[in-house]
Amino acid sequence: MSVLFILIIISIVVAASFLGAFIWSVKNGQYEDDYTPSVRMLFDDELTKKEK
Amino acid sequence: MSENLEKFYYDNKIVKMFAYATILWGVVGMLVGLLVAFQIYLPAANFNLEFTTFGRTRPLHTNAVIFAFVGNGIFTGVYYSLQRLLKTRMWSDKLSMINFWGWQSIIVVAAVTLLMGFTTSKEYAELEWPVDIAITIIWVVFGWNMFATILKRRERHLYVAIWFYIATFVTVAVLHIVNSLAFPVSFMKSYPVYAGVQDALVQWWYGHNAVAFFLTTPYLGLMYYFVPKAVKRPVYSYRLSIIHFWALIFLYIWAGPHHLLYTSLPGWVQTLGVVFSIMLIAPSWGGMINGLLTMRGAWDRVRDSAVLKFFVVAITAYGMSTFEGPLLSLKSVNAISHFTDWTIAHVHIGALGWNGFLTFGMIYWLIPRMFKTELHSQKLANAHFWIGTIGILFYALPLYWAGFTQYLMWQEFTADGFLAYPNFLETVTQIKPMYAMRSVGGTLYFTGVLLFVFNIWKTVKAGTFEANEAAEAPALTSSYEGSLSDHWHRVIERKPIRMLIFALVVILIGGAVEMVPTFLVKSNIPTIEAVKPYTPLELQGRDIYIKEGCNNCHSQMIRPFRHEVERYGEYTKSGETVYNHPHLWGSKRTGPDLAREGSKKLRKSHSWHFNHMYDPTSMSPGSVMPRYPWLLSKTIDNGSTTTKMAVMQKLGVPYTDEEIKSGKADLEVQAEKIAAELQEQGVKEADASKEIIALIAYLQRLGTDIEKSAK
Repeated sequence: MSVLFILIIISIVVAASFLGAFIWSVKNGQYEDDYTPSVRMLFDDELTKKEK
Repeated sequence: MSENLEKFYYDNKIVKMFAYATILWGVVGMLVGLLVAFQIYLPAANFNLEFTTFGRTRPLHTNAVIFAFVGNGIFTGVYYSLQRLLKTRMWSDKLSMINFWGWQSIIVVAAVTLLMGFTTSKEYAELEWPVDIAITIIWVVFGWNMFATILKRRERHLYVAIWFYIATFVTVAVLHIVNSLAFPVSFMKSYPVYAGVQDALVQWWYGHNAVAFFLTTPYLGLMYYFVPKAVKRPVYSYRLSIIHFWALIFLYIWAGPHHLLYTSLPGWVQTLGVVFSIMLIAPSWGGMINGLLTMRGAWDRVRDSAVLKFFVVAITAYGMSTFEGPLLSLKSVNAISHFTDWTIAHVHIGALGWNGFLTFGMIYWLIPRMFKTELHSQKLANAHFWIGTIGILFYALPLYWAGFTQYLMWQEFTADGFLAYPNFLETVTQIKPMYAMRSVGGTLYFTGVLLFVFNIWKTVKAGTFEANEAAEAPALTSSYEGSLSDHWHRVIERKPIRMLIFALVVILIGGAVEMVPTFLVKSNIPTIEAVKPYTPLELQGRDIYIKEGCNNCHSQMIRPFRHEVERYGEYTKSGETVYNHPHLWGSKRTGPDLAREGSKKLRKSHSWHFNHMYDPTSMSPGSVMPRYPWLLSKTIDNGSTTTKMAVMQKLGVPYTDEEIKSGKADLEVQAEKIAAELQEQGVKEADASKEIIALIAYLQRLGTDIEKSAK
């Protein structure tokens, strides 16, 4: 079952890179505002229409 | 803000192209699915051609729907939403085009090679090594374009959908590379570096995550973009979306072993897979709840809007199949469902409901928008919705019924302690009506798709396409003000995405290519002394078994249940499959298990096999197995024997150099012997050079090794 080592290593590498991404996202302030992003994403189309 | 407002254009052309490809391959993939649904109870529907026989059409169906239909659906949605969420055009139009044409070429090549019988036998990873390399390249192009776009974004915050896209890219790349590691034998043939139980584990680690990271995470990303857009309301809880995202991706990677419950995979690995599968209910339902509750206060609009109807059913189907999935991974439930049509019903709730309906909803919403017009007919779209929904029910319910029925018949004993249905065929003919009903469900669903195509076509005709959509946004200030500038992993933080890619690429290529083979060649799987490598003829026979896709309907894995041991013989030990590159355990029993087909208990005469392959109904009246007459006329490719054995030797199969040298001659000797025995048994046309001889040799070998050790 030596393949387990490989799978575990790779899975941990994937998990660790996700953890890194998670830490980055928290420190970057990605989640400091957990409401307005959900509203802001709704608006881009309006802006385009006005522009015309 | 307005003084540094930048003007730019969204690339709608690439989105349109991917949307068309999604529709085209959706039609093709589902049409093949329909063909497969008929073939399973009407074997003559293979048109008596090797290319269109179930063992080859079924992988074509699964690959076409997953990678062509859903794959293009992912690209459609990502290319549309990513630009708008990041307030920028895609980084490179050229890469977008390479992504598009590369992916479509791969699909065409995949379809042709699968029908020609070039297959690795690994489910959803059947494509041979040159295609695998092409997939890797195009996938990297996609990732490169996506990350470069993220880096030049005008919106600092990465909306949750983008996180789902990133996870998809990273994990699919890893899964694909690790599972596809193989040693080429020839241009379109390879043997995986893993064997037996190891190969099975890697395959289902991949297989389950293909579901997780190709059919689930990207579509959750699409849900988080298109559902709020269509409802014109923010997602129910943005906080929940973040939490369930991280939870989902951390848990999913470990759930694969639940596909191998009660097999010869070590028990603790099975348990680990089960534990993670159960935990997955929470993040999965987090997504479902968040999606459905986004409709809050807008439920009345579902009545009028076909798009919302599709979304609601898609999310509901997601919730149901992610509840059913953990249940199926419980050992006691899995004992019932595994190898039956229950699994097929389960995946189709996901595929038809979640992926299909979300795609339809998305395209119904996108096309009118990009063509500056209204959808041609809401009525028609509503009709599509209802026909499709009823189609799903007609598809799934008969298969649940079939799965249950078949299991109950398999495990039924008479009062005297004998199997109540010793003939496997009885358990198949019993469920033929359910198969017929399933094909009705499939036909309904497909009819809905045709309405969809017509509706979109009319909409496109009526509208005017805007290839480059103007938009404005302020530029993003280039550096972020953090107080962590002296921290040791400041560099990582500032270039997170590049780091992510580089680290992965380096670790994967370096680690995988160099370590994996050395790790595995001298494996520490418990070996059984009596288990020996296949003879050259058997090896060729095994490759014919793979080429014809026999593993799509026949498992080679006897689980340790009384009824299975009674029916097929001793349960399968991991040591028995150590030389099997690839493993052929299978995941479905449309026909009986073949792990011990050559054993004393099950052994048939050579002539039985010969006649059975020529026409299964001559030996088993009522059989739904297709005929394989071409095996009687096609010649064994003995020219490849030496190379095949040499590659096997490299992968750790203990062939001696002498054995390899005399391989071709040995093959002929054994073939002559079998042909002579066939002649004795009355098969006058038996010819030692034909493929049927190799296949018979292989089938007669199955399960015989451990009988020798018993002596």
